[in-house]
Amino acid sequence: MPSNIVLVTGVSGELGGKLLARLGNNPDFERVIGVDTSPPPKRVIARMGNAEFVRADIRNPLIAKIISSSKVDTVVHAATTAHPPGPARRSPVKEMNVMGTMRLLAACQRSPLVRKLVVKSTAAVYGAGARSPAVFTEDSPLMPVSPRGFASDAVEMEGYVRGLQRRRPDITVTVARFTSMVGPEVDTVTTRYFALPVVPTVLGYDARMQLVHSSDALSVLELATLRDRPGVFNVGGDGVLALSQAVRMAGRVELPVPMAALPSVSRLLRGAKLVDFSYDQLKLLNFGRVVDAGLLKREFGYTPRWSAREAFEDYVQGRALRPVIDGRSLSALLRKLALPTTNEHVPPQ
Amino acid sequence: MVDRNPVSGPGPTRATSVKHVRDEVHEAQVIPLRSAGSQRRRPAADVVAPRRDAAVVDMPGSAGVPGQRPSSEPTSGLDAGHEDLVPDAVAKALEFLRGRLTGEYDVDEFGFDPELTDTVLLPALRVLFEKWFRVEVHGAENLPIGGGGLVVCNHSGTIPLDALMTMVAVHDSHPKQRHLRLLGADLVFRLPFVGMFARRTGHTLACHPDAERLLRGGELVGVFPEGYKGIGKPFSARYKLQRFGRGGFISAALRTGVPIIPCAIIGAEEIYPKLGDIKPLARLLGLPYFPVTPFFPLLGPLGAVPLPTKWHIEFGEPVRTDVEEGDAWDDPMHVLSLTDRVRESMQQLLYERLAQRGGVFRD
Repeated sequence: MPSNIVLVTGVSGELGGKLLARLGNNPDFERVIGVDTSPPPKRVIARMGNAEFVRADIRNPLIAKIISSSKVDTVVHAATTAHPPGPARRSPVKEMNVMGTMRLLAACQRSPLVRKLVVKSTAAVYGAGARSPAVFTEDSPLMPVSPRGFASDAVEMEGYVRGLQRRRPDITVTVARFTSMVGPEVDTVTTRYFALPVVPTVLGYDARMQLVHSSDALSVLELATLRDRPGVFNVGGDGVLALSQAVRMAGRVELPVPMAALPSVSRLLRGAKLVDFSYDQLKLLNFGRVVDAGLLKREFGYTPRWSAREAFEDYVQGRALRPVIDGRSLSALLRKLALPTTNEHVPPQ
Repeated sequence: MVDRNPVSGPGPTRATSVKHVRDEVHEAQVIPLRSAGSQRRRPAADVVAPRRDAAVVDMPGSAGVPGQRPSSEPTSGLDAGHEDLVPDAVAKALEFLRGRLTGEYDVDEFGFDPELTDTVLLPALRVLFEKWFRVEVHGAENLPIGGGGLVVCNHSGTIPLDALMTMVAVHDSHPKQRHLRLLGADLVFRLPFVGMFARRTGHTLACHPDAERLLRGGELVGVFPEGYKGIGKPFSARYKLQRFGRGGFISAALRTGVPIIPCAIIGAEEIYPKLGDIKPLARLLGLPYFPVTPFFPLLGPLGAVPLPTKWHIEFGEPVRTDVEEGDAWDDPMHVLSLTDRVRESMQQLLYERLAQRGGVFRD
């Protein structure tokens, strides 16, 4: 049975807000309700069509009332932040991620009308380290890097989701584990990182990065809302970029920092309110993480339209990032230097 | 239901088309320069600018380039008319540098960078392979021409030079120049630079998911089932195969139905004759052992130079695994007996080759 009344959480966030606008413009839905503690950005409100915004906190029991009184049948939980882009205090985020999810899922379990749950999760649940396999599949063990990071929140959250699945087997549950998201408009820790003129990397390591374009991420959440696609799916674009390669594509200056000194560099960046490097993020820069998105193509039925390279190029061009080091002109210069005979058109001075 | 999905937003074409345009702009800048240079050829003496440039050439990256110029042979049609101006090697080196500087190269999901491996890393290893160890390869016809295969080798030498040499051996003696993808211990990937080098050259962690993924992808995978027990064994135990692990590699091959190729490496066992082991120091550094050889740590860095032994790498008869019944990998008895069979044939290969060998250092 198709969804009719949809509730989207976390609509002040990047993905949640865009999803609200997409669903709000879809005439097949009777009602689309977005909830969050703060209203979505103005550009989202201007485009959200029939969707409504309710200022509510999912940590508050009120959320159960909203779900039951407006006869919600589909809940899209996009409020979880695995990696806040900017400096964020740990406890409110954890509170929202874990306590909020608990409340929301409890409300879903109580309301007999809820038939579908879509959860936005993160590929960070797999962890990253020297002992990790090169490519994670959906059934790889979930081993977050540290017991206190945002990734461990996501693992905890997925645990609650499995609990709900066990208690309410009639609910179709889709969990999407997203890799690092980039795009011309989104604000994520990855987009902030590559916008730094000097990019700190880990000395002696070159992480493998998998990226997903924000429009692909949005399409996956949207399709999961529209169709019934139960299961856990890794969401990532095709192909892999090496971190050093991405730094060069963006024309940034790479600053290799020994692993031991990296926490202080990350504190510095955090203090300067530039980008928030959690411990999870440092490990990602150290070892990288690649997931197998085959299940997404085969069973979910969605092939990401942007490969990692295309997504990254789109981000670099969409942001109009001015290269600090221009690889193209540098190589042209090298060519001139190495082949001086081709320079003969230069008039003698 | 598809029509309900208003998947919009710009497709990938936009980004790539912009990139192509930028490329063309660049070509357009470069090509006329070259043809203009050939048409109006002037003596370089009366031109000031090129000389100034030539003095600046002494920079990293371009430093080694002028030396390669005499060995030029034009191949591309573009440069056909100016063979003396744009030597092939220089053009290739520049093209490579350009790719490196702009990030236009591909790495696979394991971090394998074939371009870098073929242009920089393999030639460097080849010097060691040809000049220092004078490796002789036997039985390369036993390697599968296409499709997956599991090469099982003996491990020795304190430092995994045998792994690197096997990689060169497979690449250079295989008719299709295939890359051997090795499975390494987690220590390899924990160490800075070593781990990066290993990923770049296509190696990955020795674990079930990675091994199966590579084998299913039709890659030639190399394993050293003895692990630390083999590479860190004392000199007195040379050429004695140590206990194999849990036979995980055999079940991976059985699951994927790829042939197992036993491989014997002769000569690597004597490069660093390990006489002792400083255990507390190893613990302090987080290493499995801290070797003491006749020259190391006595002679310091000089002692770290491997002895120039004569090497032989022999690939034996492949053991087929696709003839087994359905779930042979699920039968521990079967897996263990197959492990023993592979181990026996490797030990056999080692003894035969050792009996034929003239001397440790003699060609």
